[in-house]
Amino acid sequence: MFYSLGKYILLLRLSFRKPEKFSVYWAEVMREMVSIGVGSLGIIAIISVFIGAATTIQVAFQLSSPLVSMSIAGKIARDSTILEFSPTISALVLAGRVGSSIASQIGTMRVTEQIDALEIMGVNAPGYLISPKIIASMTMIPLLVIISITLGITGGYIACLVSGDITPDDYLIGVRDGFDGLTIQVALVKAVVFGFIIASICAYQGFYTSGGALEVGQSSTRGVVYSCVMILFADLVITRIML
Amino acid sequence: MIEIKDIHKTFGENKVLKGISANFIAGKNNLIIGGSGSGKTTLLKCIVGLHEPTKGSVFFSGENFTEMNFEQRVPIRTHIGMLFQNSALFDSMTVEENIMFPLNLFTKQTAAEKLDRANFCLERVNLAGKNKLYPAELSGGMKKRVGIARAISMQPKYLFVDEPNSGLDPKTSILIDDLINELTEEYNMTTVIVTHDMNSVMGIGEHIIFLHNGEKWWEGSNKEIAHTDNKELNDFVFASKFMQAAKAKL
Repeated sequence: MFYSLGKYILLLRLSFRKPEKFSVYWAEVMREMVSIGVGSLGIIAIISVFIGAATTIQVAFQLSSPLVSMSIAGKIARDSTILEFSPTISALVLAGRVGSSIASQIGTMRVTEQIDALEIMGVNAPGYLISPKIIASMTMIPLLVIISITLGITGGYIACLVSGDITPDDYLIGVRDGFDGLTIQVALVKAVVFGFIIASICAYQGFYTSGGALEVGQSSTRGVVYSCVMILFADLVITRIML
Repeated sequence: MIEIKDIHKTFGENKVLKGISANFIAGKNNLIIGGSGSGKTTLLKCIVGLHEPTKGSVFFSGENFTEMNFEQRVPIRTHIGMLFQNSALFDSMTVEENIMFPLNLFTKQTAAEKLDRANFCLERVNLAGKNKLYPAELSGGMKKRVGIARAISMQPKYLFVDEPNSGLDPKTSILIDDLINELTEEYNMTTVIVTHDMNSVMGIGEHIIFLHNGEKWWEGSNKEIAHTDNKELNDFVFASKFMQAAKAKL
């Protein structure tokens, strides 16, 4: 375990060495941003709306007491969405979508000697392949989380309109009530950290792939599993520190 | 010229290379031949720095490449071109982008100059007009030729070629061999080719090193190889019925 941790840290150090040509790396960062950000928009939109809606209905169900104002459901749904569902569930989904793609892409490049070709040319392969992905991931995942929060709260509103468990007015009152900006800060810090975890762990797994197609698949699976575990661990640590 | 001195390479308990020394001559095709598992590709990877030798040194024009760190190696690496066994073209890039990739990173040429160079290299390997194709759209022989075009795009002093004929039909193999031979003469490159293809050995083997069990077993030219009394080399060279028939006619 310590050997792998050391190798991971050394790889990260190599990844952030001075680039051979900034413009080429910048183009890579832009390409990765489109792939990670725009490419993940659809799945993030779908899960956010449904999770927001389901959360609102469940909270309303649990608060079905004449002694509790139904606007509380809106407030709980909002804070749950901002603090937990949008950053963490999105990150877990992105670990599957983005992480597996990063690990399999780099792993395939390794087993087909494309990484060797880069090294022969004098290119810092970890820098060229990994740093743009980490930068893009740490930039785009917070943006996706902001979109996810918006759509999650919207999903809750749609659930109110459709189910009638809470009136839309009660929901909106709850959503506006006692809003604390710290929750958004926590969500964004989580998103940045999760972005780093997904890109770096999956890139590490891909970069040290050896063998063939089977091993590329195994690296990809390992990358996603380790990323998910580390996301949940980081989620706990950040929540404990910031709240 | 490239000089290797006492190269050893060990993977765990497995001693793959056991003290190989040789000179690779500038302007000539230097072939490393040997049976499967003899250490040919490992030796090639030690020379280009993809593997670090367990012991020994590699000198490029007198400079000790083995002792250099990553940054110190970059100026030498920009003079190295390499054709990999499976071509190792970048899947996500077109043919043109593959060839222009090293130019983008290591030269200050304008976009038009880089495009001119890419077109020239493609013409040189008889693939003019294939600029916008992706590697997945190319045949095995075309991939090899694009690999060669990418390798020569920086006008290298040293060309390394790993199994240039693997997976190719005999006619395409001869075409690739002839191309490598022409380019070696044209650019006065030190070309090192790893192969076990006897057509290549007899056709372009100006300087041949035969490896056996991780050791240098024989060194000479294609003119000398048919008359050697080295048993292991004879077993390797004349293993096929075609070569046995050719020997009988000599």
